[in-house]
Amino acid sequence: MTASLVTAPIVVPLLSAAGYAVFGWNRRTAWLGAVAAAGLLVGAALLAAGTRGGAVLAALGLLRADALSAYMLIVIGVVALPAMLAGPAYLAAEAAAGHVSPAAARRYGMLTQMFLAAMALAVLAANLGLVWVAVEATTIVTAFLVGHRHTREATEAAWKYVVICSVGIGLALLGVVLVYFAALHAGLSEAQGLDLAMLTERATGLDPGVTRLAVLLLVLGFGTKAGLAPMHAWLPDAHSQAPAPVSALMSGVLLSVAFYAILRVKVIADQALGPDFARVLLVVAALGSLAVAAALLLAQRDYKRLLAYSSIEHMGLLALGAAVGDALALAAVLLHVLGHGLAKSVLFLGAGHIQHAVGSSRISALGGLLARAPLLGGTFGLGLLALLGLPPFSLFASELGIARAGFPSGLGWAVVVAFTLMLVIVAAVGRHARLMLLGPAPAVAAEPGIRVPRAVAGSLVAALAVCVLLGVTTAPLDGLLRSAAAIATGAAP
Amino acid sequence: MTEAIYVQLLYLACGAFLLTGVLVLWRRDLSAIIRLFALQGLALGALILVLAAYQRDLALALVGVGVGGLRAGLLPYVMRRALAAAGAHRETRPLVNAATSLLVAAVLAMLAYAISRPLTQLAPGPTIRAVPVALTVLLVGFFVLVTRRRALSQVVGFLLMDNAITATAFLTTSGVPLVVELGVSLDVLLAVLVLYTLTDRIRASFGGTDLDELRELHD
Repeated sequence: MTASLVTAPIVVPLLSAAGYAVFGWNRRTAWLGAVAAAGLLVGAALLAAGTRGGAVLAALGLLRADALSAYMLIVIGVVALPAMLAGPAYLAAEAAAGHVSPAAARRYGMLTQMFLAAMALAVLAANLGLVWVAVEATTIVTAFLVGHRHTREATEAAWKYVVICSVGIGLALLGVVLVYFAALHAGLSEAQGLDLAMLTERATGLDPGVTRLAVLLLVLGFGTKAGLAPMHAWLPDAHSQAPAPVSALMSGVLLSVAFYAILRVKVIADQALGPDFARVLLVVAALGSLAVAAALLLAQRDYKRLLAYSSIEHMGLLALGAAVGDALALAAVLLHVLGHGLAKSVLFLGAGHIQHAVGSSRISALGGLLARAPLLGGTFGLGLLALLGLPPFSLFASELGIARAGFPSGLGWAVVVAFTLMLVIVAAVGRHARLMLLGPAPAVAAEPGIRVPRAVAGSLVAALAVCVLLGVTTAPLDGLLRSAAAIATGAAP
Repeated sequence: MTEAIYVQLLYLACGAFLLTGVLVLWRRDLSAIIRLFALQGLALGALILVLAAYQRDLALALVGVGVGGLRAGLLPYVMRRALAAAGAHRETRPLVNAATSLLVAAVLAMLAYAISRPLTQLAPGPTIRAVPVALTVLLVGFFVLVTRRRALSQVVGFLLMDNAITATAFLTTSGVPLVVELGVSLDVLLAVLVLYTLTDRIRASFGGTDLDELRELHD
């Protein structure tokens, strides 16, 4: 029973993709994607209960679900549901503007579902090689989604995205090869050589020289997909050009899925090399990402790029938490993943509707959004507040957790630097937010009122409500968070 | 196969692998570059077959045929079609000229030897001693990727890196497990098809495949 639960999060979206392939995108199949996402979320919740007694294997040992995988699946489901609910409205608006053909709509339906399946595979794979395959598969599937609009900008973004991410992930593949090499020399059999659980168990026997090289490549490679500096150059382009629901998925959860791979690698690295090696790499990536985000947010003129740079900021913060690396820090990191996913999907989905209505993604085109469209402006503004880490949103709690764990671990200086950079970011984003929400409306504000479909409005409000709820209490997730953090620290198998 | 012949054949294949990789830096004619890439695919296939013959491993030999077929047959075929569609046959102005590029390749080779020190120390042997060759091709591929301005040259750079990683996998461990190898090959094939489609779109919307034209997006 539990074994079939492990395969369901991959199979359900694939079936739905097949549904789109056969029936195309029409009024009846439009909600199929949302149904599949809801199914994924329910499956993830059941799996979280099912893995309470320990990891569950499936598919001849190729898939393995533990508390950490189940938690990541929940994050995927929670972000996928509003993104998929927004899909029909997005395509309807594009069709009204004459941008999408039926074939493009069918492809959109298929690719978004395959995207979900690839992410589910990445967090469920028992084998480091299979994790790699799944992460690379997400690049391939999303390449066409980034280029969905066929404009010059979208094509350019898709090209940069595929080239930079394929190279980055190529480096990770070399890392996988070297881990396998080290594992065979540590006496693991060929079947066990890439198995994450076996690697973690036998990590102390891995040759330190080769492992060091491998970990460096893996962190650099998966860090590229996670949008960490110095390999972040593709992110603002891809996230600002993709269709809004895809941006929500890419920013809200794909980055975190790549970061999940780094967490798994870190557990092995800590055992094999001691905690300092991965810690140095992660602190460098964290502070670099925060600095890049702060520098480019200050003078940002495009609100979708603003959201993209904010993702780099939050990935940097996750890297800092992972560098601290104790149970408190990792529980905070995992909570932050969920909170960021919720807030970012609200913002990108809102930004998509704003862009459709205003016809521009420039901050200066927005002025007075709150008065022009109270619901959309309100959710957008609250989403920005959540993103800046203000209470009562859960990002406040998780940022506080990372800071509190940082000082006793000897990384207090890095926390101070990081939070100084974040103050700069708060000031920059705050200024842009004031302009967009309250500023004077541009002179040519003659657009028809901005209307948001009920399904989208409902999911935006619901996502913000969940974000607040988690900021007040994490009680429903406490047990899962604790076991997932224990796995990520290497304290539990 | 005796040990001596095995080592000779192994190093011959590695030599061909390295030579084709470095020659890519020298040529500016895109169809010649694709031909070199196909030859490198053959060298990689031959390398795996030599390993298979020495280890008397039929499965490995079949993998070698598959890898060779993909990298010497299918991928060059896709790229030739992209080239025929693109119409531009020469790398117009690489950022670094051919002579300097070849010198850089020599520096990269030394770097590759330095990087692979931990591997050679862990398991000295004829195959591991050839790993720096693969890593040199990896670095050369990266160099091609960052200095060439044609979409197709960048794809070749990416594929050189990928060939090099595959060669490293077979030299160090006789290949990663089959399921991973299949996934990797499929992903590479798909990545190339994606890039092929995008090249097409770049030509349609920018009127050429010169990547310097891609400057709509910046801060």
